[in-house]
Amino acid sequence: MNSYNGIMVYVEFGENGLLPITRQLLGCGRKIADELGEPLSAVIVGSKGIEEGSDAAQLGADTVYIVEHELLRQYRTETYVAALEQLVRQQRPTALLMGQTYVGRDLAPSLAFRLETIAVLDCIALEIDHASRVLLLTKPVCGGNAVATFTSMYYPQIITIRDKAMLPMEPSFGKNAHVVHFAVSLEPRSFKTRLIKKVKEEGEGLRLEEAAVIISGGRGIGGAEGFRQLHETAAILHAAVGGSRPACDNRGVAPNRQIGITGKIVSPDLYIAVGISGSIQQMSGCGQAKRIVAINKDPDAPIFKYADFGVVGDWKKVFPSFSAKLKELVS
Amino acid sequence: MKMIVCVKQVPDPQASSTGTKVDVAAKRVIVPHGTPPVMSPYDESALEAALKIKDVHGGHVTVMSVGKNLARPVLRKALASGADELILLEDNTFDQLDSYATASILAAAIREIGTFDLILCGRQAADTDAGQVGSGLAELLHIPCVTVACGIELGEEKVNVTRIVSDGYEVIEVMLPALVTVSSEIGELRYPKLKDLQAAQKMPIVVRNAGQLGIDVASLMKLNLVSLSPPQHRNVQCCMISAETPEIAGEHLALTMRGAGLI
Ligand SMILES: Cc1cc2nc3c(=O)[nH]c(=O)nc-3n(C[C@H](O)[C@H](O)[C@H](O)COP(=O)(O)OP(=O)(O)OC[C@H]3O[C@@H](n4cnc5c(N)ncnc54)[C@H](O)[C@@H]3O)c2cc1C
Ligand SMILES: Nc1ncnc2c1ncn2[C@@H]1O[C@H](COP(=O)(O)O)[C@@H](O)[C@H]1O
Repeated sequence: MNSYNGIMVYVEFGENGLLPITRQLLGCGRKIADELGEPLSAVIVGSKGIEEGSDAAQLGADTVYIVEHELLRQYRTETYVAALEQLVRQQRPTALLMGQTYVGRDLAPSLAFRLETIAVLDCIALEIDHASRVLLLTKPVCGGNAVATFTSMYYPQIITIRDKAMLPMEPSFGKNAHVVHFAVSLEPRSFKTRLIKKVKEEGEGLRLEEAAVIISGGRGIGGAEGFRQLHETAAILHAAVGGSRPACDNRGVAPNRQIGITGKIVSPDLYIAVGISGSIQQMSGCGQAKRIVAINKDPDAPIFKYADFGVVGDWKKVFPSFSAKLKELVS
Repeated sequence: MKMIVCVKQVPDPQASSTGTKVDVAAKRVIVPHGTPPVMSPYDESALEAALKIKDVHGGHVTVMSVGKNLARPVLRKALASGADELILLEDNTFDQLDSYATASILAAAIREIGTFDLILCGRQAADTDAGQVGSGLAELLHIPCVTVACGIELGEEKVNVTRIVSDGYEVIEVMLPALVTVSSEIGELRYPKLKDLQAAQKMPIVVRNAGQLGIDVASLMKLNLVSLSPPQHRNVQCCMISAETPEIAGEHLALTMRGAGLI
């Protein structure tokens, strides 16, 4: 066997505390750790005050590492890789789990190569092969046309996991973790990047991550003018508005509202696709929705293979009456 | 300004996915017959980013591709679009490579070149969806890396990179030499003119194999592909709503959704 031991979870915060993906990682991490008979730890990286977030300690980890430094106030690839490199080299976990978030997909590969190991990103399943005790890492490839399962003999394994692929840790777990402050040394002069501007651009309405209903527009909607109507309807349904890649490229919606394999991966209760063809790259980012409704003028559009309910027609004609009826029904 | 763009050849990802099959035994994706190879779309954007810099500031653009049986016409398109040099890292063993092996081969070839200012990669290849080779290559070369760029602006011995993050965007200043991975927002690759396509046919191509690069693929691979299977699709039968007019169909859709408890 190898000399690596333990499952480590990288903790991320949003505006409302722990990101849901972090709870899911802790849930999955606990399960894997128990099966391997290894401890579970969580790591929080940031600057002063991050311990406030250590209610992660209540979520089933045996140890919580707090990595705090002035240079870690905001996420930056270089500083975070340097900090985590130090912790991981000392702790030697079997695996480090991160969310497939904007941070995770940037951090995981750099850290893996720094540690001369390998990362597997965007996993949708994580299991143990009981005979060999190696991790089976499953992820979509080819834009979602296939699903690959990988193993590796290199440790620690750096793994990012897709949102909602795993069940979250029970909030009632209530175990109190041992909190360890891990001191890192960072040399400012060794860093070659500098954050010079950070701009919030949320787009209007609910965020994709928070919405139970998403209305998504594609190239068929055109630009911002067409999206106005989707926004109005979204307000009625308490829905968030997203778009396909062409819709974002046409500035119909903000770029961080792109849904799909290279945008945000969502799994709402209801996904309403308007003027979207249903390409594999788009659908592998929303195909986990409980219900899908599609409006498209092309009866052969692939979206109808995924949809529960569909209307073939010009959205400019179908959508206004659809929206008006919805308004009447929900009010 | 010396730029290197890493371009992967992939089966056209925009080809119909209904005809795409998985050969479970061979652990390979079988694309519909006649699907042409193309440059991976984000790599085309990476090339466009380099050419935009060259338009304004001048410079030299080298395109590099790793693979087995690389299609010359596909990669010559890079020359026709405005790249100055094409280096193919081609060998029968350069097949089904993992990110570590690919990045190591690129790193070996880049060390042979010696100096460079900026390396550009796509944010992820359309076949692997790995999203690692760019970051990995930067680590192997000990240079900084900024991922998923939607804008690149050249300054004095540095570039400013705009990148999309979950709640907006950020601008990162990075000292050169550096590596930047590029997203589609940079723009699509320009369309080459006919005369440039013809001229590109006559431009020389450099080809290097594993032996010349001192590469042993087997010793570099860190991932084993255990199995490859078709994706699980939603198993649904779409209930199509039709009516005399599209306006009425819209109303019926809303009513049906209410009936099914969706709203
Ligand atoms: C590596 C890679 C990654 C990618 N990642 C993503 C990703 O994350 N997200 C993503 O979305 N795409 C992604 N793509 C792009 C993807 O392949 C498709 O090109 C894209 O999803 C198509 O978007 P669309 O459906 O809006 O446009 P189109 O495919 O052009 O479809 C437009 C649809 O609108 C319909 N339409 C037009 N006019 C009307 C009208 N008046 N009324 C009703 N319907 C109308 C048409 O019938 C058509 O079906 C990626 C591609 C690659 C190669
Ligand atoms: N075989 C290859 N040849 C040249 N560049 C490659 C190759 N594989 C990957 N790359 C580059 O690395 C990026 C990311 O690839 P990946 O990590 O496989 O998703 C691609 O967009 C290319 O720019």
